[in-house]
Amino acid sequence: MPLDLRPDVSTSDAPLLSLTGVTKTFPGVRALSNVSLNLHPGKVTALVGENGAGKSTVVKVLTGIYQPDEGDIRVDGRPVRFPTPQYAESAGVTAIHQETVLFDELSVAENIFLGHAPKGRFGLIDTATMNSNAAEILSGLGAKIDPGTTLKELGTANKHLVAIARALSVDARVVIMDEPTAALSHTEIEELYELVEGLKAQGKAILFISHKFDEIFRIADDYTVFRDGQMIGEGAIANVSEAELVKMMVGRDVSQIFPERDRQLGDKVLDVQGYEHPTEFADISFTLRRGEILGFYGLVGAGRSEFMQALFGTTLPSAGEVWIDGASITIRSPADAVSHGIVYVPEDRGKQGAIGALPIFQNVTLPSLARTSQKGFLRLAEEFKLAREYSERLDLRAASLDTHVGNLSGGNQQKVVIAKWLATEPKVIILDEPTKGIDIGSKAAVHEFMAELAAQGLAVIMVSSEIPEIVGMSDRVIVMREGRIAAELDRDNITPETLVSYAAGISETSS
Amino acid sequence: MKKLFASREALLMIAIAVLLGVISLRFPAFVAPSNLLGVFNDTSPLILLAIGQMIVILTKCIDLSVAANLALTGMVVSLVNIAAPGLPIIAIVAIAICFGTLLGMFNGILVWKLAIPPIVVTLGTMTIFRGIIFLLTEGKWVNSHEMSDAFKAVPRADLIGLPVLSWIAIAAVILFSIVMTRTSLGRAFYAAGGNPQAATYAGINVGLTQFWAFAISGAIAGLTGYLWVSRFAVAYVDVAGGFELTVVAACVIGGVSIMGGIGSVPGALLGALFLGIIANALPVVNISPFWQMAISGGAIIIAVILNAQANRTQGRIILKRAEHAT
Repeated sequence: MPLDLRPDVSTSDAPLLSLTGVTKTFPGVRALSNVSLNLHPGKVTALVGENGAGKSTVVKVLTGIYQPDEGDIRVDGRPVRFPTPQYAESAGVTAIHQETVLFDELSVAENIFLGHAPKGRFGLIDTATMNSNAAEILSGLGAKIDPGTTLKELGTANKHLVAIARALSVDARVVIMDEPTAALSHTEIEELYELVEGLKAQGKAILFISHKFDEIFRIADDYTVFRDGQMIGEGAIANVSEAELVKMMVGRDVSQIFPERDRQLGDKVLDVQGYEHPTEFADISFTLRRGEILGFYGLVGAGRSEFMQALFGTTLPSAGEVWIDGASITIRSPADAVSHGIVYVPEDRGKQGAIGALPIFQNVTLPSLARTSQKGFLRLAEEFKLAREYSERLDLRAASLDTHVGNLSGGNQQKVVIAKWLATEPKVIILDEPTKGIDIGSKAAVHEFMAELAAQGLAVIMVSSEIPEIVGMSDRVIVMREGRIAAELDRDNITPETLVSYAAGISETSS
Repeated sequence: MKKLFASREALLMIAIAVLLGVISLRFPAFVAPSNLLGVFNDTSPLILLAIGQMIVILTKCIDLSVAANLALTGMVVSLVNIAAPGLPIIAIVAIAICFGTLLGMFNGILVWKLAIPPIVVTLGTMTIFRGIIFLLTEGKWVNSHEMSDAFKAVPRADLIGLPVLSWIAIAAVILFSIVMTRTSLGRAFYAAGGNPQAATYAGINVGLTQFWAFAISGAIAGLTGYLWVSRFAVAYVDVAGGFELTVVAACVIGGVSIMGGIGSVPGALLGALFLGIIANALPVVNISPFWQMAISGGAIIIAVILNAQANRTQGRIILKRAEHAT
């Protein structure tokens, strides 16, 4: 029986879609506990919360992938049930997922209409109608894409538009966007914002999930905060401050987001001159001192990661020289880099960092095997010693060092990866997007740790696309644009404005 | 996980014990020690090949050319024996291992340098190797009377109560147990298959590691080639035809993950023994050999299901504790 019988609600205020008292339990875990969520037509609601707050679960409940144990889903005030994703789709609820799920070998139109293609005679797909419908949707999005193009020929931004077109092709009334800007560059993000505005104008209700506060404040009308599977607060974005939102998310004050540190720069440890690659970057020269954190900022596709991979030996540069502690070295493979004291912690620590099927100690010692083994034979006692030393330093929590890494929590897996690199006793550590996609609490921990490494005399290169992080952590910043160094900024000159303008090539410094 | 792992191998041992128990009900003589030793000897080629295959699968590859490699190397050493009957057997063994290694390296080079999917490479070389045998012999057999006595004697020669063939299998089990658990190369096999990207960043050359896996598999196949043709005293194009699938089956039953990164020498050994016992017992208890295939197939599917269960994580922790580990 519906309890919430408000007799006369003006249409603009009534939520298009609402959840009330929704609980979802998995064996041993309560993922959602009595949460509510209201999405209004023509409004963007930002759903914020740390990793594990239950955001993804709620998306899955809304799209019919999970069924709630308790609680109501209402569309236009009427209770509905979504036993399968098709039910959600026919109710007009559609989601654009974090990783766009598209098919490279199919055409744009086929991607858009996969699963609900217009049928002609004998139940065969009516390609002509499908293509013209696709063209219509795409032009509605302001996209200049031929529906007949094979998807793989499109760039990232256009693929994203196809994903959005797919979401809209089902006559969507509620559009869920799960971290839609995570993989986009600056201009693409701007285009996405325009698109969201367009959808708002068409009266669609939008649920916007993001970790980035600037964009939440930029495009959201309302907010809803989740924490530990519970709804903590909601309201209009105009009535809340960034600090209040953060407080709701983490349940405590994050007063000092970036650690204060005693900046003591030591001797020059790394010197890179004239690094070049035929297609990715050119003329990269810089130096790095002990105890220094050097930020690398740039838009997606500016060549930062490509350069770092060349410096680490996973790709080979066409020209350039490197010195470590004044001695010229050659890096032709990651093994070379590691042996010279350069290590690289990749962006995707899950995929590129840990080996789930191996126990902790074997993960930690993997790049240090030359040291812990003798003539190709492993010495397990040495391995355990090394692994124990670094897991204790990082406060790694596990039943034993024999535990397989795949069974650890995400945070502990990350510690394994970092322990692995520290165990090589590096001189230079390259951190590629060290806090991408992780929640604010964990971010602070990573930043503190980074400061600690620098304080111990390690030289840190931090590749980051997050301006606050670059500003808050770096002693010096190199801004890259289109494969070249656009600017090198000292601590005093690092401001969000200068970073953005150099990265985008807008101005010659205004300050 | 480690416990699950141990228990999976224990499970396989129990399955083998149950299998033997059931067989002994109908045919008690089967479990007599002398017969079991016979079964082990009979299974030795499978054990050897399964160890090589296990290493290849560990690196996310597969070697479908093992049986063809075995047949080609077997033919080559047979022809060498005909051409130079006086050549000492130690030289024959060395030739078999070297030649098999070269064939394996050929697979490895294609996988490593040209990045062709291993299943395609070895499907191709499987056919090529058999084709070469045909070209060498025009389809003729090398028969027992053409081989020297010394050539045929080695696998059967008795050494402290066991044939040399069995001893070679035992030696391989020990040798590769050490290689896999106690050497950098062994660790590299696990890392390269468990997470190729992470292994690359850790300074492991994944392609090179896969190359060595194929080389080892080839070396073992070559050695087994000599043992096979000398034991059966015959070499021809179709020696061990289709045996590569039995080898892969032994690995899968032995808990080797076809996705790479998981597997062990004891697992491969037990998987091979399981199939070996079935192959030897069914004719004895008067069951049609067609059942043998069905039972092997059933065992594979059960093994895959059990492995999938064991690898399933216990459920994600979604709710966080209030405290944040810093």
